Amino acid sequence: MSQVVLFNVFNGLIVGAFYALMALGLSLIMNLSGVINFAHGGFLALGAYLAYTLMPYTGFWGALVLAPVFTAGLGLVVERLLIRRVYGRDPLYSLLLTFGLAFMFEDGMRFIWGAQSVPYQVPAWLLSPLSSDYFFLTGYRVFMVLLVAFAVIGLFVILNYTRLGIRIRAGTLDLETVSVLGVNVRILRNLNFGLGIYLAGLAGVLAAGMLGLQPTVGTSLIMPSFVAIIVGGLGSLPGTLLGGLLIGVASGVTTVFFPSATEAVMYVMMAAVLLVRPRGLLGEEGRF
Amino acid sequence: MGDIDINKQAPNVVVWLLLVAMPFWLPAIGGYPELGTRVVVLGLAAMSLNFLLGYTGVLSFGHAAYFGLGAYGVGMTIRYLMPSTGAGILVGVITGTIAAALIGPLIIRLRGVYFAMVTIAFGQVFFFIAFRWNSVTGGDDGLTGWTRMPLNLGFTSIDILHSPRVFYYFVLILFAIAVAIMAWLLRSPFGRTLIAIRENERRARFLGIPVDQHIWISWVISCGFVSLAGALYALLNNFVDPRALYWTQSGDFVIMAVLGGMRSFWGPLIGAAIYVVLQDYLSSETENWMSFIGLFFVLVVLFFPRGVLGMIRRKVAS
Repeated sequence: MSQVVLFNVFNGLIVGAFYALMALGLSLIMNLSGVINFAHGGFLALGAYLAYTLMPYTGFWGALVLAPVFTAGLGLVVERLLIRRVYGRDPLYSLLLTFGLAFMFEDGMRFIWGAQSVPYQVPAWLLSPLSSDYFFLTGYRVFMVLLVAFAVIGLFVILNYTRLGIRIRAGTLDLETVSVLGVNVRILRNLNFGLGIYLAGLAGVLAAGMLGLQPTVGTSLIMPSFVAIIVGGLGSLPGTLLGGLLIGVASGVTTVFFPSATEAVMYVMMAAVLLVRPRGLLGEEGRF
Repeated sequence: MGDIDINKQAPNVVVWLLLVAMPFWLPAIGGYPELGTRVVVLGLAAMSLNFLLGYTGVLSFGHAAYFGLGAYGVGMTIRYLMPSTGAGILVGVITGTIAAALIGPLIIRLRGVYFAMVTIAFGQVFFFIAFRWNSVTGGDDGLTGWTRMPLNLGFTSIDILHSPRVFYYFVLILFAIAVAIMAWLLRSPFGRTLIAIRENERRARFLGIPVDQHIWISWVISCGFVSLAGALYALLNNFVDPRALYWTQSGDFVIMAVLGGMRSFWGPLIGAAIYVVLQDYLSSETENWMSFIGLFFVLVVLFFPRGVLGMIRRKVAS
């Protein structure tokens, strides 16, 4: 029994890490530009498919490095051509725009790679269990957790110690002042969008090894990411991280005792948080 | 008010004439009867959403949940409880309205994108319930094994199942009642207050208007009518599946409202007509219709943000 519980907690932690990675990207974009990027799931799936396509040429490790970079590159282009046009307009329009993009992404991937899931290979030596007592503790799972942790630490280092990151954080608080101080806000928003999409692409490359790869993989991850942001606190990146891990573990544990409520439990948590603390666990008061 | 302004009434007259005569002119231009019914049903959904979106200025992206609750309400009532169309619709509308009333207090303090995000996330709860609770809802395959029942009026009974035309008029009557109530509400002091909140929430608050309470009532009314639309949609198809509750359905309603024109009463109906016909055409022409619908969303946002009626109005004004 404790094996099963441990297995599901660990599983939930990994899934939660994906939610968190995706939600962090969404949060970055939302905080600076006020855009909810519905196409985020599409970018995630694209990252995974690019990795799948690159793998025969570059191997798993090459794909792991290149696919998120290419995805982020496409993100920069999409922002430059489309998303930029709806900044400052009613949030309705950015929602509809990215909503349409999400449709095009999903259908486009179905067109190119087919509706069925494709065989996504991770190196065989990563898949063997590390311990005979805890069969679920494969190298790949540990590796995923470590890499996500590494990415998150990297993100916080960028935000806290680089010029770009400090400008992003300042822009989140007061974009006008940042602009007046001579920062090119257009480029800042563009790079910020690319950074968010990079995280989505990375999450995609990793998640496909565990969840399988079909065109809908992104759409199935985007709702939990929204919940992660709401639970963790609007506008707070550490909150988003916490929210993602919390709901991941909560659904993992629920799987053991009440499997049919696996998805519902995160929404129950969201309702509870909104009831007690409308700004979310770590959200700042009065910001939204 | 007193005198009736002919210019102001002209659009209403045109819309009603077109709707009442639809079964006669639609086949002549290549449509089929169910297409007209679908336009009216989804038009009602989009107009209900617009009560909140266009007239209260609150962005809900989760209306599919209440649409779907109405649909499952009617389907499950006829399947399990009693074979009556009227009772089914009643149960559907009550279910949707109560769910909205309960969720309301959790969300009315949020605004803008955050309101949208929370409404869409809450909508997913109902999707997962319908999806997972196989034994009752039929899960992914949908709820089958029921059809709409003849209307029992006491002295006579009307068969709405076999004649699409009779069913169309049944839907149109309910549509007319719902739309009349919404129009009346919007002309009342309550409706004017909603518009005041849309235009300047802070000022409305300073005037002593209980803003959150108004938004809550507007939300419940909007969701109540959308669940009526959902109930009619289920009756139209004699079938419900979880996709009626899925978040992409909410996006469809929003695009209909925007496409027709959010600032006008009939706009969403026009948007629904365009959208339904387009979707019908695309899905029969190409397997990749989703891409085209997505592209359509992008084009509407970039080039027609005011919608059809908004553009016409602008042209007339200039």
